[in-house]
Amino acid sequence: MEKVEKDHAALAEEFIKDEERVDWHDGALWWIRQKRDMAAKNIPEWEALREAASQIKNNVLSNLHDYLLEFEANVTKNGIKVHWAADAEEHNAIVYSILKEKGIEQMVKSKSMLTEECHLNEYLIERGIDVINSDLGEYIQQLDNEPPSHIVLPCIHKRKEEIGEIFHEHLGTEKGVSDPTTLTRFARRHLRNVFVTRRAALTGVNFAVAATGEYVVCTNEGNADMGAHLSEVQIASMGIEKIIPQKKHLGIFLRLLARSATGQPITIYSSHFKKPREGQEMHLILVDMGRSRQLGRPDFRDSLKCIRCGSCMNTCPVYRKSGGLSYHNTVAGPIGAILAPNLDMRKHADLPFASTLCGSCSNVCPVKINIHEQLYKWRQVIVQEGYAANTKVLGIKAMAWTLSSPTSYSTIGKAGRWVLNNIPFAVNNKFNPWYRQRDMPDSPKESFGEWYAKNEKK
Amino acid sequence: MSTRERILADVLKNQPSASPLPDMSAFKGKNQDVVATYCEVFTGIGGKAFRVKSFAEIKHLIAEQFDTAQRIITSLAELSDSFETLSTDVDPHTFDDVDVAVIEAELAVAENGAVWLPEQRMGQRIVPYICQHLAVVIPTERIVPTLHEAYAKIGEGDYGFAAFIGGPSKTADIEQALVLGAHGPISMTVFVLE
Repeated sequence: MEKVEKDHAALAEEFIKDEERVDWHDGALWWIRQKRDMAAKNIPEWEALREAASQIKNNVLSNLHDYLLEFEANVTKNGIKVHWAADAEEHNAIVYSILKEKGIEQMVKSKSMLTEECHLNEYLIERGIDVINSDLGEYIQQLDNEPPSHIVLPCIHKRKEEIGEIFHEHLGTEKGVSDPTTLTRFARRHLRNVFVTRRAALTGVNFAVAATGEYVVCTNEGNADMGAHLSEVQIASMGIEKIIPQKKHLGIFLRLLARSATGQPITIYSSHFKKPREGQEMHLILVDMGRSRQLGRPDFRDSLKCIRCGSCMNTCPVYRKSGGLSYHNTVAGPIGAILAPNLDMRKHADLPFASTLCGSCSNVCPVKINIHEQLYKWRQVIVQEGYAANTKVLGIKAMAWTLSSPTSYSTIGKAGRWVLNNIPFAVNNKFNPWYRQRDMPDSPKESFGEWYAKNEKK
Repeated sequence: MSTRERILADVLKNQPSASPLPDMSAFKGKNQDVVATYCEVFTGIGGKAFRVKSFAEIKHLIAEQFDTAQRIITSLAELSDSFETLSTDVDPHTFDDVDVAVIEAELAVAENGAVWLPEQRMGQRIVPYICQHLAVVIPTERIVPTLHEAYAKIGEGDYGFAAFIGGPSKTADIEQALVLGAHGPISMTVFVLE
């Protein structure tokens, strides 16, 4: 794992320097949140669907061992080769060995957060394999040498002029062209050539059906299919938590997924892969990567129910104003801030604090994960384990001391009011982290305690 | 211990006590107006829907909507006298120059506008993705209200590959501007056959 140079607050500080961009980013994501609301309101049984999805996932987590065995047996019966990987290194080595055996040096990849978590592209590129991300947003991020900033909208933080500049530099489009249709058409022509020339294609997995041994991949662009159906070797990478028991359960999840993500009634392409095409080889990699550990943490295991719709990010006031890249983790936003400390608590100790705990994320979650409660719980674990930032620990200690003694509370309150009223520059300065991005309040002349003491006598 | 055994052992050790599956019997849509709802929803997601009475009408509309000088392929026997019959045993790359593909859907879902296409109806898996324009024929009696009825009809399903397709390929990755035709078809037309 690479060393984190800056925490969420420091990275967010860079993002918010451009106030106009922050407003635009905030508005773009809020608009998607509103589209989600409109889509949800069109389904009278929306809440019942969320409850059913949540219960199906509870059932999956409580029977995961048996479902994995059932899925493996059916996938194998369908003629797909199954691999198991404990971590990123093992996953990447499996992908590489499949390609090497076939003498393949070029691969096309559709969106997969798991392979981002595994840093698969870097691993393969180091070994001489050329990998192209075919999802347009991910492709743009790859050209710009940046990770995705959102799991559904990878380059949502970029303006079209910046994307035009990236296309001009890397693909030779005319300088100054920034029209989204023109740029998309250009990428379409370029990537079509990639699809028809690549012998191997890798996709992620949205849902894996234990009873039938098939897996479902959802995209709006059709890029997963363009890659898979033209390739001679098809690889799918999935986290072990993606299992659902039966095919009929897809009816629940496919109704919820796209509506929660973008407000669409269904993702344009919901592809059900079951058997290899004539003459094609199919591989499926089941990846643990911390999932079995999270399953053993009762307070956080519900995070494994996540179907990666991104609605918690779109609604989060912190995410919308700090940008996905400030989370320095593959999955950003509220759900990412729960998943990341499981992978590396020290490296991600800052993320559960990047939240207002307003609960909006939990309210929109299609599988009813109690996201904000888990963020609050992570804060406690992180402080207890000694991973919290010193400024936070000192602040909390000072607060605890103040609140535990009525005398110190009243004395410090009085001192605070005096300072704010008489020497405001003592707190309104750049050395006070609370003052940044905030105006300090005008303080009252007296505290409630003082007012009460005075008025009681009357 | 192999990786597989270790993962399975960790999962078994850490999984919570049994939790039952929910009752899904209450989830169903209303049967009335499925055809009108389908057309409305499908148009709303950027597709074109035509209600037709015969294959003669479909042929006429294809000639009107598309450039018949371009390559048009079909897996439908009823259209084989007018367009190239798509071959199921050629290299999928040979469809790279297809302008229009006309295939029949097994089911359509009123609530979301999607059609269900098992690979037998696609002819070849790549066909509905690689063509520039996709046209699908759906007899009205095969339109169901929601995905729940659709999966009940699909059952186990005898296919190696199948997909719900709900509109033309689209992206909104560049500043949330909707662009039709990201990698797959730029347009999708559905002929609702009465």
